[in-house]
Amino acid sequence: MNIALLLQMAADAGPDRIGLACEGTSWTYDDLYCAAKGAAIVFEQSQCDYVALLDESSEAAFIALFGAAIAGKPYVPLNYRLADEDLAALIKRIQPAYLIGNITRASAVTDKADGHHIIARTAFVNEAISAGAAASGEEKPNDGIAAQIFTSGTTAAPKAALLKHSNLLGYILGSVEFMASTEDECALVSVPPYHIAGISALMSSCYAMRKIALLPSFTPEAWLDLATGERASNSFVVPTMLSRIIESLDAGYASDLSNLRAIAYGGGRMPPELIDRALDLLPTVNFTNAYGLTETSSTIALLGPEEHRAAKSSADPDVRARLGSVGRALPAVEIEVRDEEGKVLPPGERGEIYVRGEQVSGEYREKSALTADGWFPTRDAGYMDTEGYLFLAGRADDVIVRGGENISPGEIEDVLELLPEVSDVAAVGIPSEEWGEAVGVAVVYKDGHALSDNEICEIIRKRLRSSRVPERVLTLERLPYNEMGKLLRREIKALF
Amino acid sequence: MKAGSKLESTACDTQVMVIRNTQEEAVIECGGAAMVAAPAPGDKVEPTAEYASGTLMGKRYVDEDGTIELLCIKAGKGSLALNGVALGIKDAKPLPSSD
Repeated sequence: MNIALLLQMAADAGPDRIGLACEGTSWTYDDLYCAAKGAAIVFEQSQCDYVALLDESSEAAFIALFGAAIAGKPYVPLNYRLADEDLAALIKRIQPAYLIGNITRASAVTDKADGHHIIARTAFVNEAISAGAAASGEEKPNDGIAAQIFTSGTTAAPKAALLKHSNLLGYILGSVEFMASTEDECALVSVPPYHIAGISALMSSCYAMRKIALLPSFTPEAWLDLATGERASNSFVVPTMLSRIIESLDAGYASDLSNLRAIAYGGGRMPPELIDRALDLLPTVNFTNAYGLTETSSTIALLGPEEHRAAKSSADPDVRARLGSVGRALPAVEIEVRDEEGKVLPPGERGEIYVRGEQVSGEYREKSALTADGWFPTRDAGYMDTEGYLFLAGRADDVIVRGGENISPGEIEDVLELLPEVSDVAAVGIPSEEWGEAVGVAVVYKDGHALSDNEICEIIRKRLRSSRVPERVLTLERLPYNEMGKLLRREIKALF
Repeated sequence: MKAGSKLESTACDTQVMVIRNTQEEAVIECGGAAMVAAPAPGDKVEPTAEYASGTLMGKRYVDEDGTIELLCIKAGKGSLALNGVALGIKDAKPLPSSD
């Protein structure tokens, strides 16, 4: 199997259709396929073992992804936001690499002796185009790996997640209908190329034959300008992006979103009031919540537009609560919630989320995380309701162990978040002489509102039980998130 | 016939990729003739009347028991069968775009 099939089919069915637009230049599927075939030749000639990208989104990401697939080499998009030292350590693990992008930075963080081939974006694209004119597109044998993505490494050294051609093709073929898009559709891709959503967006839009408009670097104004200029119909955003887009709209930033039909979001916790506001502000847009991980080739569960509306308008609290869920498993994916012994838990009980399916890799360069029967333990905590709607409750590693009792931060956060005075909240484990670990709560209040620490403790005592009552409460201006909207709990812990 | 193998029709332009196959003795046919990895010029035949309803690019074809699944990667005039039994198009509920 080879993911190059996705581009080959698009180029076969609609060679002259526009497949991608970036910074004023448009590429047809035929242009893209020729460039990818040419890139494959360039990669082979370099005799490098990996194809790496150290760059913002551009056509080079698309051409390198599919070119590497044809050449039979793993594609490794790197996080350009990492510090030099961390980046250097990752590049050490993929030598020799054909390294595309910021040559100044790449030269600074690599050793000449490691044999990397470093090339600027434009030079690479030009070489690919000229080699593409006479390229056969013959797929070279590969070891099965299409992409290698380093995890963010918040708890330990980043792991190298391996996504096989069969995982990625399984995901695309199982969730996207070939050529389902009409020519007036356009997907605005604003997630960076090193994020799994940035890779899957290229593949799924290519297979649906939905034009891709790439946003090299996100700002809400740039997103709105590109959505207006390209008449975007679809986009995937992380919650912090959506929040900033809505702020800009509320501030009256001029835009035309009349062709915008669908926004998918994921990659972090969506505050309920934010999605509620988005549904009110953009009533004609279909919202989809997508939950997935790098190790699962992107989305494994989703909450679709109809489910959003049903939840928002329902009087039944259980149905209304689903606005805060990540929906149900994709048809080709199985999801279970298990306890620490690996026993499957009944609806409503919190445990660790396990997933199995063709698209699930669960393998790292270092080792496989799969169980003997092929399930991947996500390390995400959560529970399922009686209808199979999945609710996330933080990372399994975030569980607070107080005197031997496991407390999920989500239990406490869910209670406090709904208070009218509170805009954001996080519960973390803090060292305690008596209990080993105890609950610490960091609260951000809405402008002009505040509660006393005692009031917070009393609310928890009444709604939950005494073991959940925080030992300390901190009031913060804002909580720390990374650029993809992930809450940085370790930083919060350090404040106590 | 391993997952990922590509086959071509000798009776039309159809090409398929095997997505899943649990049958060791599978004979995959198109237009009434066995499909092959690389047809020689002399292999060309006309589709039989019974298997001439055509294939559609991007559709997945399955047998009733779900032992085999083929992705049509190039369309043609013939239609697909497994060991002489016609294959049907796999029903796929459209999913909202999630990326």
